[in-house]
Parts: sequence; structure tokens; C-alpha cells
Amino acid sequence: MADAATHAHDHHERPNFFVRWFMSTNHKDIGILYLFTAGFFGFVSVLFTVYMRMELMEPGVQYMCLEGARLIADPAAECTPNGHMWNTFITAHGILMMFFVVIPALFGGFGNYFMPLMIGAPDMAFPRMNNLSYWLYMAGATLGTLSMFAPGGDGTGTGVGWVLYAPLSTTEPGMAMDMAIFAVHLSGVSSILGAINMITTFLNMRAPGMTLFKTPLFPWSIFVTAWLILLSLPVLAGAVTMLLTDRNFGTTFFDPAGGGDPVLYAHLLWFFGHPEVYMMIVPGFGIISHVVSTFSRKPIFGYLPMVWAMIAIGALGFVVWAHHMYTMGMSVTQQAYFMLATMVIAVPTGIKIFSWIATMWGGSIEFRTPMLFAWGFLFMFTVGGVTGIVLSQAPLDRVYHDTYYVVAHFHYVMAIGAAMAIFAGIYYWIGKMSGRQYPEWAGKLHFILFFIGTNLTFFPQHFLGRQGMPRRYIDYPEAFADWNYLSSIGAFIGFASFVWFIGVVFYTIFAGRRVAEDNYWHLPADTLEWKLPSPPPEHTFETLPTPDMWDTAKHH
Amino acid sequence: MAHAKNHDYHILSPSIWPFIGAVSAFTMLLGAVLWFHDQGLWVALIGFAMVAFTMFNWWSTMIEEAQAGEYTPVVEISLRYGFLLFILSEVMFFVAWFWNFIKHALYPIDGVWPPEGIETFDPWHLPLVNTIILLLSGAAVTWAHHRFAHNGDRKALITGLALAIVLGMSFTVLQAMEYSEAPFPFSGNIYGASFFMATGFHGLHVIIGTIFLAVCLIRAIKGHFTPEHHVGFEAAAWYWHFVDVVWLFLFAVIYVWGS
Repeated sequence: MADAATHAHDHHERPNFFVRWFMSTNHKDIGILYLFTAGFFGFVSVLFTVYMRMELMEPGVQYMCLEGARLIADPAAECTPNGHMWNTFITAHGILMMFFVVIPALFGGFGNYFMPLMIGAPDMAFPRMNNLSYWLYMAGATLGTLSMFAPGGDGTGTGVGWVLYAPLSTTEPGMAMDMAIFAVHLSGVSSILGAINMITTFLNMRAPGMTLFKTPLFPWSIFVTAWLILLSLPVLAGAVTMLLTDRNFGTTFFDPAGGGDPVLYAHLLWFFGHPEVYMMIVPGFGIISHVVSTFSRKPIFGYLPMVWAMIAIGALGFVVWAHHMYTMGMSVTQQAYFMLATMVIAVPTGIKIFSWIATMWGGSIEFRTPMLFAWGFLFMFTVGGVTGIVLSQAPLDRVYHDTYYVVAHFHYVMAIGAAMAIFAGIYYWIGKMSGRQYPEWAGKLHFILFFIGTNLTFFPQHFLGRQGMPRRYIDYPEAFADWNYLSSIGAFIGFASFVWFIGVVFYTIFAGRRVAEDNYWHLPADTLEWKLPSPPPEHTFETLPTPDMWDTAKHH
Repeated sequence: MAHAKNHDYHILSPSIWPFIGAVSAFTMLLGAVLWFHDQGLWVALIGFAMVAFTMFNWWSTMIEEAQAGEYTPVVEISLRYGFLLFILSEVMFFVAWFWNFIKHALYPIDGVWPPEGIETFDPWHLPLVNTIILLLSGAAVTWAHHRFAHNGDRKALITGLALAIVLGMSFTVLQAMEYSEAPFPFSGNIYGASFFMATGFHGLHVIIGTIFLAVCLIRAIKGHFTPEHHVGFEAAAWYWHFVDVVWLFLFAVIYVWGS
């Protein structure tokens, strides 16, 4: 390898710890930082859900008491329900997962590490700004977490829900809401700078001969995601700035008493919010394409339609936002438009699902851990996609709106769907990133636990939603008890799988089997990261790759 | 560090500024929250000073790198792409404010627009003068760029930039005068909020753009730019035209149509 040769006479030691991790201008190190930080906040956010599912396991309030939060239910002691504490947990879970876990892992983590490698770029276009993105993300995540402990609402923390709907968010007293808003601002700046970096890198730094439609699907997925971020996050920044001035400077953007309109906030929020859910899932599309292709020993089926499907999903994502707001009082014509536009998205999504299936068709499939997670992704994403079609219908949405059916739907499609893609990516590439391979049985066990746990958690929530159980409540009547009990058992299994996963990762990093080969899967994977040593040297592609290194497929 | 490098891309040595910048931004925003809740302004001010300090040092480093010839043609393309994308994100930020204004003008919650009791500015007095001033300023920048890039005329570059800066500052002063004479308040009504936040964010961008042009003027006087390499100046000019265009939309939508 050209790279190995140049590495041999690179006498520089790796920089010391502080310089390497706090002053980095290296896309691979920054990608690692993103992955670990997202993992940490993901763990915090999952812990919240475990506590919430403990509370929901049985009717009545046993843990979140005004007398103090409990870890062990004590039937003898009195417990007055603390609804505000419940609200702060769902708010923090939503804000952390939406802004500080999934996108940083997929876009910041894998995007940083593998997008430049796959296009044969020596680094990102703006390596310093790349690090600014990371540290602003860290600052935002810290501010968001701190807001839980700041005075606000009826106690500490903000309890308005991650969407920060006015007028709740403009009237809740205390600092917590302001801190959460600024956390969103910081996350936004971080993501916008990241998006500028990714788009520029993709456009300007592809290897010689790598034309747009020869570029692998993962870089494409990052490119599409970056456009979604670039065009939608500034609108959110404007909207939450209006919240801030309404809260603190007496403006009335969302206050009808001064001529304002709270529905406007919902429009601005969802103009960002709907592209947001695609930002969480599109990079996953990229990862899944590579994993499915590698472990089926076949090139991806329909490369070009796969690219155009991502572009179409991205574009359509900007014109369907109000399907989140059917019950807010829109005209029938508007509802009809948003309903039809939403259903159109099923077409490019279907192209992707069927192309993945066609890739596997007739392939020689190996069910290694990444492939299992890719299969899990296909299953979860399809189930969630189908319930999405159900919810896209304005008349049906009247029944399901704000019930557990919606909770089940979006956790299937973008939460567990995205998580499956993240895990697939980690198992696929951990050998490349760390130079050590995970124990196959441990990865498979993780998958089985995770798949059973998440399905057991969320599948019963469809039934609860159909029975009419509303979201966002600390308690429920006896009639919903059985499915809630099962759902909580599922959440505990899911949590156990996460703890197991953390163990697998640390075992792999410190004691996993070393991988000597560039392509340790010994499967036909023709993207450029497999032409590099595992782990890659500090600087990669100091001599740019030539087309013969990556252009092995002549089919497109 | 990059001694084995065999390509024209920019590989940077480690830098402390991103980390300090993020800490500064965190301090500034936490300080702002404290200020909102009557805990004093000083934390926010310290944070702001730190942010400004970071910007100054970061961009000084960039100017040094540019002077050292590290910005090869392909890096210059990256810088141009990056800056255009940044402007695009700014455009989307203003979309939020226009969305708000147009929504309320088309579908006022009380059925009347401008809201009852609100007396608006006459667009054909001070706002029109300001429009002309800003357009002239933009023309001066373009003239400076044209003379410099095609004729290597550094004197025209300096004159044009100075003219653009003076006109930009006049715009800010006139806008401040207009604000002080506003017949409607900032708080308590949707018109004031929409007007002041939209034109206010534009004003902030005018001030930032003026500073950007001033930095370019200093660099032009120092002889940093050549007719072939002046990405920093190009970016400032693009930014200035973006500020122009936003103003044209503000003038058309808020001052003329929305009043």
C-alpha cells in the first residue's frame, strides 16, 4: 500500500493525550470522540428510559414521588405523584436522543471517520472547524444535561417535551428552559458547521477519478444528511430564538394576547423536525448498504436508484412537516396535501428496502453480527415505515394522535432503526478503528438481546395506542396494565443488552483478537477503508489513491 | 507533521482554539441565562470577550497561513464552498423571521394587519434612503473587486472598500435613528417583535459585514491580496451582497408590502 510505505518513514510519535484528544485536527480521532461521547449520552438517556419504564410497569405511582425519587418501591411509605419529574425525564430523553446521541454518532462519528476514508480524502476540508463542531456539541450536551438540575417548572429541570411547544415553553418559569434552548442553539451551530465541512469535503476532495456517481453510498448518505442539516437547523435556531425573546424580553411571537400565534411555533419546529428524523436515519441507509453488500458477497443492487432515492427522501422531507400537526386546526385542503406528500415518501423508501432485499437475493449470505443488525434494521424500519403510512392519514391520525401508537411508530422507525444501524456500523468497522476484533458470539448475543428487548418494549405499545392510552403520562388506568408490564420487561432486556454491548466494546478495545489484515472480513468489500491497515495510520492517503484501488466494480 | 504529504489539501497541526471557542460559547450562553434571571451580566460579558478573543486568534492564524502560501488552489476552492454554504445557512435563518412576518401579515390573529393601533414607518423616506445607501455600498465593493481582480488596481481596492465601509456605517447609524423614532414598541405586540427582530438581526449582520470589510481594508493596505489570491476579500464581498439582498427582501416585505 502506498500508505503503509509512507507510514514507515513517518517518525513522528502520536501527539500526547491532551494534544491528541483536545486539540485534534484529525478526522479519525474526532470521529472516535464523537462515537464515545454519543455513547455516553446515549447511556444516560437510556438510563432515563429504564426509570420511566419502572414507573410505568404497574398502574399507580411508585417511584417518582414528591416525597423524593425512589429506586425501590415502598408500598408502606406515602407517594404523591411527581408529574413534573416525569416530564423532565421525557424532555431530557427526547432532547438528548434527538440532538446529542443519534446524529452525533452517525453523522459526527461514522461520518467523520469513514466518509473521508471512503472517498480517499486525506482529511476533512476544514480540520480545525471539525474539532469546533465536536466541542460545541460537547458544550451543548453539557448545558442540556445541566438544565435538568437547574431551577424550572415545579422544581428542577424543564418539563415541556423535546419539541418545546409554546405556550408551555414560553411560560414555564426558571432557568432550565433557557438552558435547554441554548443547548439546542449550540447543537445547531455544531451541526451546521459539521454540515458545511461534510458537503465541502464531499464535493471537493473525492479521489481522482471518483465521479459523483462512482462515490460509495455511505459518503452519499452523509452528503444528503448534511444538506438536511444545513437547510433546516437555521430555521429551528430562529424559532427557539423567538422562544427566548418571548420568555425574557416581552415579545409576543407565540402569545395571542399580543397578536402572536403558538401554531406558528409548531410550523417552524416541524419544518426542522421532520428533516431531523431523516438526518437520524439516512446515514444509517449508507451503513446498511455497505454491510448488506459485504455480507451477501454481492455489489449493492441498483446503486443509482439508491442514490436518487436518498436525494428524493431528503427533498421530500422538507415538504411534509405539517403531518405532525393534523389536529392543530388546519384546513382540509392543507391536510390532504400533507397527507399525499407524506405517502409519496413511501416510494423512494420502498426502492431502498427492495434494493437491499435484491442485494441479498441469490447472494452468499453470512450472518455475522453486522449483518444481523442490518437485518434487524430492515425489520424494524419496515415495521415502523408501515405504521408511518397508517399515521400519515389525517383521518386515522385523529384517533392515534398523541397515543402510544405514535410512540411505538417512531421508536421503531427512527430510534431503534437508527440504533440498529449504529450497532451494525460499530461491529462492521470496530476492527478497522481499533485494530482488534470483537468476539463473534458476544456480538450475536448482543443482537439477540437487543432485538428481543426492543420488540418486546415497543410492539405492545401499538396495542396500548389502539386502546387509547395517551403519551406523556406518569400513570394509567388498570386496563392498560398488562401490555405496560410486558413493555417494561422489554425495556429491561434492552438495557441489559446495552450494558453487555458496552462490555463487548471495552473488551474488544483492550483484549480483542488483533486483526492483521486490511480487509479482515475476507469478503468482497471494495471501498477504500479496506485498503488501509487496521487501525489506519495517523495520516491516511498522503499519496492520493488511484482508481484501480477502488474502481473494481464495472457495473455502474 | 505533514512532511510525507503528497497532495495539495490542507493538513493542519493541532489547535487549541476550537476547544477554547467551545468553552467560551458555553460560558457566554450560561451567562446569558444568568442575566435573563437577574443574576448579573458579567459572566455573559466574560464569555463574549472569550469568544471574540478566540475569533481574533483563530482568524489571525488563518491570515498567517494564507500569507505563508498554505492555501493552494484546491484549498481555496474548499474555502469558497465553505463560505457559500455558510451564507446559505444564514439565508435559512432569515427564512424563519420572514416566515413569522409573512404568516402574521397574511393571517393576523385579530384579522387586521398591521395590528390595530400600530402606526408603521413610511417606506419611501428613511428606509428608501437606507436602501440606496446599502446598494451603493454593495456597488462600491463590486467595483473594488472588479478593478483589483482584472486590472490589479490596489488603489481602487482600498478606495472602494473604504467607501463601502463608510456607507455601511451610515446605514447602521440611520437604522439606529429610525429605531429611536419607532412609533411602536418592541414588546407586547407582534408587529414590534417581528419588525425589530427581523431588521435587528439584519442590522447585526450589517455590523459583522462592516467589520469583515474593515479587516479586508487593513489587509489590502498591508498588501495581503494579489489579483489571483484574495479569497478573504471575496468572502467579505459575498457576505456583503448577502446582507444587501436580505435588506431588499426586508424592504419589500416588511416596509412596503407589510405596512
